[in-house]
Amino acid sequence: MATEIEADPPELTRRESGGVRRIALTGGWVLRASKTLERKAEEIVSQGRGARAVVIDMSATANLDTAGALALNRARNELTRAGVAASFEEARPEHGILLKETAIEILPPPRAKPTNLFVDLLADLGSSVVSALREYYRGVGFLGEFITAIGHILRRPDLFRGTSLVYQIEMFGFRSIPIIALINLAVGAIVAQQGIFQLERFGATVYAVDLIGILVLRELGVLLTSIMVAGRSGSAITAEIGSMKMREEIDALRVMGLSPIEVLVVPRVLALMVAVPLLTFIADMSALFGGLLVCWGYADINPTSFLVLLRDAIGVNTFLVGLIKGPFMALVIGLISTEDGLATLGSAESLGRQVTAAVVKSIFMVIILDGLFAMFFATIHY
Amino acid sequence: MSDHANAAPRPVSTSTKEVVISVRDLVVQFGEHRVMDGLDLDVFRGEVLGFVGGSGQGKSVLMRAILGLLRKRAGVIRLFGQDRDALPPRQLRALEQRWGVLFQNGALFSSLTVRQNIQMPMRENRDISQRFMDDLAMLKLDLVGLPPDSADKLPAELSGGMVKRAALARALALDPELLFLDEPTSGLDPIGAAEFDELIGTLQKTLGLTVFMVTHDLDSLYSICDRVAALAGGKVIGAGSMQDMLASDEPWLRAYFHGTRGSRLIGSLGRRRGGREPA
Repeated sequence: MATEIEADPPELTRRESGGVRRIALTGGWVLRASKTLERKAEEIVSQGRGARAVVIDMSATANLDTAGALALNRARNELTRAGVAASFEEARPEHGILLKETAIEILPPPRAKPTNLFVDLLADLGSSVVSALREYYRGVGFLGEFITAIGHILRRPDLFRGTSLVYQIEMFGFRSIPIIALINLAVGAIVAQQGIFQLERFGATVYAVDLIGILVLRELGVLLTSIMVAGRSGSAITAEIGSMKMREEIDALRVMGLSPIEVLVVPRVLALMVAVPLLTFIADMSALFGGLLVCWGYADINPTSFLVLLRDAIGVNTFLVGLIKGPFMALVIGLISTEDGLATLGSAESLGRQVTAAVVKSIFMVIILDGLFAMFFATIHY
Repeated sequence: MSDHANAAPRPVSTSTKEVVISVRDLVVQFGEHRVMDGLDLDVFRGEVLGFVGGSGQGKSVLMRAILGLLRKRAGVIRLFGQDRDALPPRQLRALEQRWGVLFQNGALFSSLTVRQNIQMPMRENRDISQRFMDDLAMLKLDLVGLPPDSADKLPAELSGGMVKRAALARALALDPELLFLDEPTSGLDPIGAAEFDELIGTLQKTLGLTVFMVTHDLDSLYSICDRVAALAGGKVIGAGSMQDMLASDEPWLRAYFHGTRGSRLIGSLGRRRGGREPA
């Protein structure tokens, strides 16, 4: 049948009889005819214009569907507006029903008024600033809620969800070990290679070990770990909580008298706060190992002398600076991810947007926080 | 609307009617679990077929198999006389445009407005102007009984009943000849369900549709279905008019139609029609 209709396009023929213009329709007046259908409907209007009365003869029309009927009705309305009395005749019963059903007045959708581009830009800028401030305000409020929930749990330890915490630590911590170890090994090796390469010109190759030790332990280990965790676990948290929100699971928790903050947010954020320092330690070790390998291969610094040089270059404080930052990074990532998850609206698009926003915000905040810590530690000479 | 159950028995010889969906020896299997086991079914042009079966018996599975969303293990499914497995991709695509599907939860695209949802099939498959598409979308909204201002709403802003209506409007976008409905009245209140039944009945008559309806709703079966087919144990255990179903001795059918809810409904229908108890 599909091929039948394609071979049977809508056609019309015009005949005058006693001041009445008869337009006979043949073929299939259906949506499948696409543009042809629209063009032929317009042709009815142009053919009918100028006559006193037009009769649209449907007796030989092979097929009609709602789209065809709508197009015919539109043509008729247009003729009526042009002062031509137009009517349908000899339509088959089923076609008659369709013509009647589609004879509705369709109001054109209101078009948005054209606006000034400059004003629009300013308005966009303004609304972005307002929403950024609002987001900051919400974030601080959420931190407060989190701390209150922790306080509540401290007073009533039976509310603490140990199983969930352990499970989340496994998901965020244990299962991230391979990727964290791998990228830090690579970064440690790259830093060592670059250090040796540049310092060679001053004959200061051995200082590459100082460079690796300080840079990795103070900054790179924790920073790379946090960024990986934000991308890997933060996005998972937002997506999970967001889809729970979409399916009303969050509301279900609330009506059971459970606080989503206590049930969902606290275990996840605490798990991150445990996992990130542990991962940072692993990151530090693999980056140093990567550096050791490259120093051995590139600069003939054998492992024993590498360790001796490293011991001279760093102190316990160097190592601790990195680790101390871990839980704070985790707190920022955890709060942003959970909050953005809870802010998801009903649509799949909204979920996608929230996950993206959570990851981008987390990474941004992690870097800002790292900068603040750098200034702080420099000030207290740690 | 509810006259079908009382109408004169339809002619038994249905051989003269065109078969729109024909399923033969269908086998669908998930791992070791055989859901369809040599199932046969015919749907004729212009009828409303209600498809019933217990939960987990695979009513939706059959619909998905017919639609080609599930891989079948064996058997032949013919739609409009064409075997979908034997068709080249282009003709299959043309064939697929001859039916519309209303999924159980609407399956409206959540990031598009109702209007864009309805225009999606037209935009992808037809070459028509935006103005005509706008008009068509408004017409479809009118046909399914939605107010014009719902056109620019997102699915998340609609109530459950409105989502079903909007999804029906999308299913009708290309003027299909065949309509698949997966539990159209589930999740609607009795008034909404009755209105929806009536809507489907009206549209079916106006547009001359063939309707394949998976349902649990006994009211829908009574009010709009011309024929009922029942699924149990991976086979169609009975197909025929509501009278045939009620008269059947098949144990599952008796339990289904003469269970507490079934008999209460039959009783009330009987009383409404002057105390005559069918079957």
